[in-house]
Amino acid sequence: MSAPRSRVALVSFVVATIAVLAVFPKFAEPYYVTLVLPAFAYAIALLGFNLLFGTAGLLSFGHALFVAIGAYAAAVLTSKLGVRSFEAIVAIAGIVSVIAAIPVAMLAVRYVRIFFGILTLAFGMLFHSFLFKFYNLTGGDTGIRVLRPTLLGQDWKELDKTAFLIGPFYYACLVLALVLGLAMWRIVHSPFGLHLAAIRENSRKAEYLGVRVRTFRLIAFLISAFYGAIGGAILAVNTGQADPELAYWTHSGELVFMTVLGGFANFFGPLVGAFAFIFLKSELMGATQYWRFFLGATLAVIVIAFPRGLMGLASDAWKKATRR
Amino acid sequence: MRAAVALVAFFDVLIGGVFHASVLFLVAAGLQLVFGVQRIVNLACGSFYALGAYFGITAVNWTAAHGAPGWSFLPVLIASGIVLGAIGPFIERLLRTVYRRDEAFQLLLTFALVLMFQDVLRFFWGANPQQLGNLSMSYGKVTLGEFSFPTYNVLVMAASLAIAVSLGLFLKRTRYGRILRATAENREMAEALGADVKKIYAGVFTLGTILGTVGGALVVPTAAASLDMPVELVVEAFAVVVIGGLGSMRGALAGALVVGLTRALAITFYAELEVLAIYVIVIAVLVARPAGLFGKPVE
Repeated sequence: MSAPRSRVALVSFVVATIAVLAVFPKFAEPYYVTLVLPAFAYAIALLGFNLLFGTAGLLSFGHALFVAIGAYAAAVLTSKLGVRSFEAIVAIAGIVSVIAAIPVAMLAVRYVRIFFGILTLAFGMLFHSFLFKFYNLTGGDTGIRVLRPTLLGQDWKELDKTAFLIGPFYYACLVLALVLGLAMWRIVHSPFGLHLAAIRENSRKAEYLGVRVRTFRLIAFLISAFYGAIGGAILAVNTGQADPELAYWTHSGELVFMTVLGGFANFFGPLVGAFAFIFLKSELMGATQYWRFFLGATLAVIVIAFPRGLMGLASDAWKKATRR
Repeated sequence: MRAAVALVAFFDVLIGGVFHASVLFLVAAGLQLVFGVQRIVNLACGSFYALGAYFGITAVNWTAAHGAPGWSFLPVLIASGIVLGAIGPFIERLLRTVYRRDEAFQLLLTFALVLMFQDVLRFFWGANPQQLGNLSMSYGKVTLGEFSFPTYNVLVMAASLAIAVSLGLFLKRTRYGRILRATAENREMAEALGADVKKIYAGVFTLGTILGTVGGALVVPTAAASLDMPVELVVEAFAVVVIGGLGSMRGALAGALVVGLTRALAITFYAELEVLAIYVIVIAVLVARPAGLFGKPVE
């Protein structure tokens, strides 16, 4: 990435992608536009997830916990507390999630590798069973409805549900994704991000050099919880519902799936993975009732044959094309 | 009179809990065996369990239709679980591609298996839950004063205990068991000393599969088999191995008892706490003893 020519190429790719996403609702069928919304949501959540996994080398298998916290925050704020401002919902969801993440992170960062994964899974399931069983507080398996939020004070009453989602809400999410994406780019390339990478490569060596390993892991964990909740809030507004399935361990598995599908070693991998996963799942569900089988088979092929994901394939192709 | 009621409730919880623990132990033992030797946490253990349950129902119905006597369903269930072990080597062959990779990929590959098995079960047995009537009563009841419970449950507990003991003897006393433990301890050294690690891995994984499928088969006379079974069981099996300590057989036994009894207690007294209580224990154990009750200390 250091060579100026590849930097130019990268920036122009990103600008082109943003331009395509900006005009997408004008040309595409509404169905496909509604698919982009969850892709935005997952892209944001995965930016945070991959700070832990790709940058810090910690695999969380319970990250759906934070997505669910964001979704339930949006639900409680809109249906129970009368807060309708989307900006407030996003901010509060993120903050609540960070607060909830503090005890989880303090415990989890004492572990690495498989134990970290299992402990995060345990916390995710704890929250799931709370959501599922405490019917009076959480609405049990049906969850809580999420009402339409206002954007910058406007309520868009003249638009029906779909028109609102694929119109103003789409652009709100696009802007949010851009801002959060830029922020994450800065985080990953800051001294903090480089410290995390050093910890991933050799935590003992990093410790010798004076890096406070656990503190850095803790901060990364909290940032990823913040991103996860914002993704969850968008997801919940899009479906109009927050339900316990969001916190289930298989949903956490899907987050990992998307990240590896796109390529966890690349900053843009999780973003590509989120879009690819959403469209792949929707196409498979339309084609066959046995879509899970083909989704699983795709994952198996990626894991076995293309562990660097779609971005790995793309960068190989790019290198081949520019070698001459 | 009140004391008698309390006593009956106590026995209910105890028998229910230990029965559930017996089945959980089998699945968790399979998980531990595979983790201990191959270092893979197998999320698909729940899928093997569910496969065992569905296949067991089909096997019992088929043998009954071909004139097998009524009492034969327990041996038929165990045999059907063992027959399913045949899928073990094929899945192990798939996992072999990721042995030297990062744990994240190993976990994800078994997650891919979970997704695929979900639809394999749906393809062969449909989306509706399947049941085996109320066979668990056909062996009669054991009565102890005020209290009675199905003989079948006792037989399952005995079978599970027998499997636990023979697994322990196999690992500790036999030549193959020693080679297996040596491979778990140090793969390269075992290989250098002439152990055929490929065969051992295939064998261990098959044994792990059989423990899961037999566990699933044994539970169908008392509960329906459904498509939620695999992912729900993983949640409990994970709790068992974390409480007991990853890779430890004694840990699987202790963890299964803790989870089984906790679940039975919660269901009897405060159903909202069913999974919550189990996971509170999991987290408490991880805080107090990071390696679990019988696990080796983690780095």
